[in-house]
Amino acid sequence: MLIKRSSDIRSSEITDKKLYVNRREFIRAGGLAVAGAAAAAVGSQALVEAKGAAHGKKLENIKKGVVTVAGEKINAWEDITSYNNYYEFGQDKDDPARNVGRFKTEPWTVAVEGECARKGVMNLEDVLKGETLEERVYRHRCVEAWSMVIPWIGFPLANFVKKCEPTAKARFIEFETKADRSQMPGLSSPILDWPYKEGLRMDEAMHPLTILVVGLYDEVLPAQNGAPLRLAVPWKYGFKHAKSIVKVRFLEKQPINTWQQQNSAWYGFYSNVNPTVNPVRWSQATERRIGEFFMRKTLMFNGYGDQVASLYNGMDLKKNY
Amino acid sequence: MRSLKVVAFTAALGPLAWLVWAAWTGNLSANPLSDITNETGVWTLRFLCITLAVTPLRRLTGWHALIRFRRMVGLFAFFYGTLHLMTYVVVDRFAGLDFPDGIVAWSTAKNLAASVVDDIGKRPFITIGFIAWSTMLPLALTSTAGMIRRLGGKRWNRLHRLVYATGVLGVIHYWWLVKADVSRPLAYGVVVGVLLAARYRPPFLVRRPSPVRVVGTEVAGREGGRR
Repeated sequence: MLIKRSSDIRSSEITDKKLYVNRREFIRAGGLAVAGAAAAAVGSQALVEAKGAAHGKKLENIKKGVVTVAGEKINAWEDITSYNNYYEFGQDKDDPARNVGRFKTEPWTVAVEGECARKGVMNLEDVLKGETLEERVYRHRCVEAWSMVIPWIGFPLANFVKKCEPTAKARFIEFETKADRSQMPGLSSPILDWPYKEGLRMDEAMHPLTILVVGLYDEVLPAQNGAPLRLAVPWKYGFKHAKSIVKVRFLEKQPINTWQQQNSAWYGFYSNVNPTVNPVRWSQATERRIGEFFMRKTLMFNGYGDQVASLYNGMDLKKNY
Repeated sequence: MRSLKVVAFTAALGPLAWLVWAAWTGNLSANPLSDITNETGVWTLRFLCITLAVTPLRRLTGWHALIRFRRMVGLFAFFYGTLHLMTYVVVDRFAGLDFPDGIVAWSTAKNLAASVVDDIGKRPFITIGFIAWSTMLPLALTSTAGMIRRLGGKRWNRLHRLVYATGVLGVIHYWWLVKADVSRPLAYGVVVGVLLAARYRPPFLVRRPSPVRVVGTEVAGREGGRR
């Protein structure tokens, strides 16, 4: 019997085995690559960093240049409002800029408690009543060894303290940051013992350099910078600057601030900028000014030693870091 | 296979390409030097995880051709690790030097070396990070076919188990540098842990020749002889 060879498929049309085996591998590799890329995208969260805050309301009647930093460039609005440590809104530097969308600063009240005559709840308007807003250009030194120069708008904390009429027993003052999960998504991570607390000794609080901040660059303070009311204590590390303050408590005993509670070997109560004390993994001897390549030598008390060193006469600053 | 390797190679350069693009176009944060340090570090860990995943994945899928990518992925882990180390040396050490004789001077090289050595000795997470990078160095140097031949498969294999240490040290390095939230280093720790555990086959699961059976009766063969 003759078996006729079918000739309707030319040999040139038959796919080479090597090719189709390769193709299967290609599809498998493609699948892996897509999975890998997806994992990477999730891992790196976002491909592009958040930009700075939109511009807000202008503040009026500002007394300009009350304190300035001679010969140092002021950092840009975009840098100051996109590079923030504000863990209530997330831990990446641009998380606050991304996540403040639902944060409401109006109405705002501040509760006043503890060793003082005027206990109670104050509206923000009452906190601001009678105050002249001043422009204070301060160096801002983060414990992570970066720094900025920031044109804060605010007024002396001392004025507010006097309004509260602290008693003779009041030796410390504690500040508490707002903690509302519905507005501050970072609070769902139990990494710190919320609400965030910070404290100052009374003489530090009364020092003319210590201010309550309500604005930046002549505008209302953006939420990521601690709106509507935050501290600025320029000779201390950034984490001492309590943000979005909802409570002030006058105390007889030294309070425990949140970061000290989290890791007392790394963070102390005083947290004065000090290039010779390095309890944290960052060397404090130098710092990178945002926008510069070469690092600067960190100055004792962040360069404010002439004004504040006398507060700590006779204290061992290596022990009291 | 060749074209697949080209695809994988190109993909592995993606993170670097993205970093260069983002830095160039101003799409990093206000502190781009810190971003570059962090990103190169994280990508080192990711490539280490992929390298460590090859063997378990082969066993799981039976797709043995995967082994042909392992060297490349491993070398990319070393590549990103080296970029990470160099970024640290330039951004964290060089940028913090004094330049008493100007930047281009012998004293600059000397001071830089002293600053790096001093820092590696002083900050534990830097110490661990440097050790982690050092464990990759011999692996990269012996990654060629010639070196495999020269060392012999068995010895080469034993040497390259060092990569397990690299994975563990890399996770510790990450862990020690975070301020409060360890969830990200923990995630890498779990991945590395699972990938290392996947290699372990408990002795009772390791197949060995079954005892000789003669119809109905068990002969005390290997089992018995062992006691």
